Amino acid sequence: MARLETHGLCKSFGENMVCRNINLTVNDGEMVCLIGASGSGKSTLLRCLNLLEPIDDGVILLDGEDISTPGLDPQPIRQRIGIVFQSFNLFPHMTAAKNVMLAPWRIHGRRHVDLQGEIAALFERFGLADRMEHYPDQLSGGQQQRVAIVRALAMRPEIMLFDEITSALDPELVGEVLDVLRQLRAEGMTMILATHEMGFARELADKICFLDAGAIVETGPPERLFSNPTEARTRDFLARVI
Amino acid sequence: MRFLLTTWLIASIATSATAQNSCATGQTLEEGKLTIATGNPAYYPWVMDNAPESAEGFEAAVAYAVAGEMGFSDDQVVWVRSSFDQAIQPGAKDFDFNLQQFSITEERDKIVDFSIPYYSAAMAVLTRQTVVDAGAKPTIDALKGLIWGADANTTAVPMLAEVIAPDRDPLLYGDNADVIEAMKANQITAALFDLPTALYLSAVVLDDGVILGQFPAGRSESPDEFGLLMEEGNPLKACVDAAIERLTAKGALSELEAEWLSEATGVPVIE
Amino acid sequence: MAVFAAIMVLVPLAPGWPAVKKSFFNSEIFVQVFPGLLNAFLLDVAIFAWSAPLIFSLGLLVALARDVRAPAAYPLRLFAILYTDIFRGVPVILVVYLVGFGIPGLGLPRPWNSPYIWGTVALVLTYAAYVAEVFRTGIEGIHQSQRAAALSLGLSNSDTMRFVILPQAIRKVVPANMNLFIALQKDVALLSFIGPVEIFRQAGVYKSLLANFTPYVGAALIFLAITIPATRYADFLLSKQMRARS
Repeated sequence: MARLETHGLCKSFGENMVCRNINLTVNDGEMVCLIGASGSGKSTLLRCLNLLEPIDDGVILLDGEDISTPGLDPQPIRQRIGIVFQSFNLFPHMTAAKNVMLAPWRIHGRRHVDLQGEIAALFERFGLADRMEHYPDQLSGGQQQRVAIVRALAMRPEIMLFDEITSALDPELVGEVLDVLRQLRAEGMTMILATHEMGFARELADKICFLDAGAIVETGPPERLFSNPTEARTRDFLARVI
Repeated sequence: MRFLLTTWLIASIATSATAQNSCATGQTLEEGKLTIATGNPAYYPWVMDNAPESAEGFEAAVAYAVAGEMGFSDDQVVWVRSSFDQAIQPGAKDFDFNLQQFSITEERDKIVDFSIPYYSAAMAVLTRQTVVDAGAKPTIDALKGLIWGADANTTAVPMLAEVIAPDRDPLLYGDNADVIEAMKANQITAALFDLPTALYLSAVVLDDGVILGQFPAGRSESPDEFGLLMEEGNPLKACVDAAIERLTAKGALSELEAEWLSEATGVPVIE
Repeated sequence: MAVFAAIMVLVPLAPGWPAVKKSFFNSEIFVQVFPGLLNAFLLDVAIFAWSAPLIFSLGLLVALARDVRAPAAYPLRLFAILYTDIFRGVPVILVVYLVGFGIPGLGLPRPWNSPYIWGTVALVLTYAAYVAEVFRTGIEGIHQSQRAAALSLGLSNSDTMRFVILPQAIRKVVPANMNLFIALQKDVALLSFIGPVEIFRQAGVYKSLLANFTPYVGAALIFLAITIPATRYADFLLSKQMRARS
């Protein structure tokens, strides 16, 4: 069953068209990986799905409901669709725990004492139990990114978007973050990833979308798309990165 | 007619003095000239139309009278302008004497020299018709209850504290114009000025200005007496004092006062 | 240092030094007027103390008004821009006169015509314009990704501003604001033009009575005793921030 769909999604920044007629379907519990060169429109597409960028044309459907109507309150939608960014974007003036508790407190009106147990469990689950009271600048990149994931998960989203979340990390820290994704995958979270980790995508994704110049060039299950791409542009790209 | 009379008076003093008096010789900034400073601008009724050269206005007339008594003809008088701060700043002065209603005080006398007084100013209470209508009376008790203002650079400030001792701390301003503005804004209900200044302000500047009463000179322990200000240790002082003494003795100063400050009489005295 | 030493040695050798010393550095007068000056300075401190929070609040409000993105709020933004432009462009003393004398002159009844009230309003209007600009640069200096991160969690615009952007922005501009508030402490003296007898007016009264400038030197020393530590502290905060960023 389709959780999230786009039909004919278009997005421009001025003259520059970053998303061209994007048709994408993500089913319940699926993990979809967006691959493509930098600037191919993967990040913008994710930001559009989270309603951080208004779209110029097309529709976005969440459980069959149009969420891209102008004037719609984006807040409740964003609570259902979490996003994690490449550059972590933790709030530097708050401890890791405060970062995670801010949204549940403000939006669900849940007090810190009530949240404490649940949040501690989340930190525990991702190996951060002893990092709750640390400030972001006291954490490694991998730890910061895991806190950012915990922060998004604390809102109990139905769908998670990951925007190249390992690209800013030192190579030795990439593994711990990918492990988190594996864990989420195993728990059945519906996920869309923009990623450069081809091995990871091939291993875990249900579906790969290759984007070039803002358009989805080719979509398919990983084993087919990686071993036998039908489009020349996909072949060229894969030849360069693998 | 009045001006003619003054001119004649000054001229006669000047000619009579020139012959017998040479105490100023070698004592002035410039030989054969007497350099006199006044305020910038200089106000009615002390100097008419800000033009002391005309000898019109009380202080302009006094200046020429003193000059004449010291042996200078009218065209030997040179006018310069100075602020209060310039008058008291240390260092050489660019005037022989300076007159702009400087009150003689003991403390000031330590820094600069003053001549003997050429005028004893009564202090007067300036207020507005609305305040009088509201029941303000020229008695010390009634005055205590008013909200007072004054020019911070004048001896009205210590006089206020000494003689009236208002219930509320007075507000002080940088010049007359600001005092008047505060009065218009109803922030103060009364202000203390020397009488001639108060008369001028009530007649010309403040639309519904009223002089509530005056404190005659000599009412306070240190009466407000105006002196010519000179550089500390100026050797000219003896000569200047002698000139003022003679002018006082022959009634010339009283005549000038009657001519230029005549309105000052007839203001009720505060008991 | 050598220049300073040279001044210390050479100036007293100048022929006019005794006269200057008597007029500006007269210890007898200093001792006589110092308690009065200190007492008058309390008024400066009081005016500062009640103005500063008002300036901080109004400055913040104006900065926030300039940041509102909703098209419907355009008039508000325009007003905020006009306000900061005008009040940063007009000399403080003019605002003090205009507001301090002008508004009560319209016929306000006592005590609402008090020069303390309107003088404070004048200071607040002027300084809030500067503080608003400082806050605005602070807000704009917080990277867009922070806003995006907060919004993506489902936080409202106002919560994003209140809990994520502002706490960072305010911290960032503490040194700049400190410098403004040091300037404010000095400009409090401008209220003396409309009546309040604060330290500079009191020094002026002493100057006039004693025909001596030493009271101003005394007033300056009292000011320096406050502003030098404050300036040092602002510089310290600034350099700490620079180190943290590099």
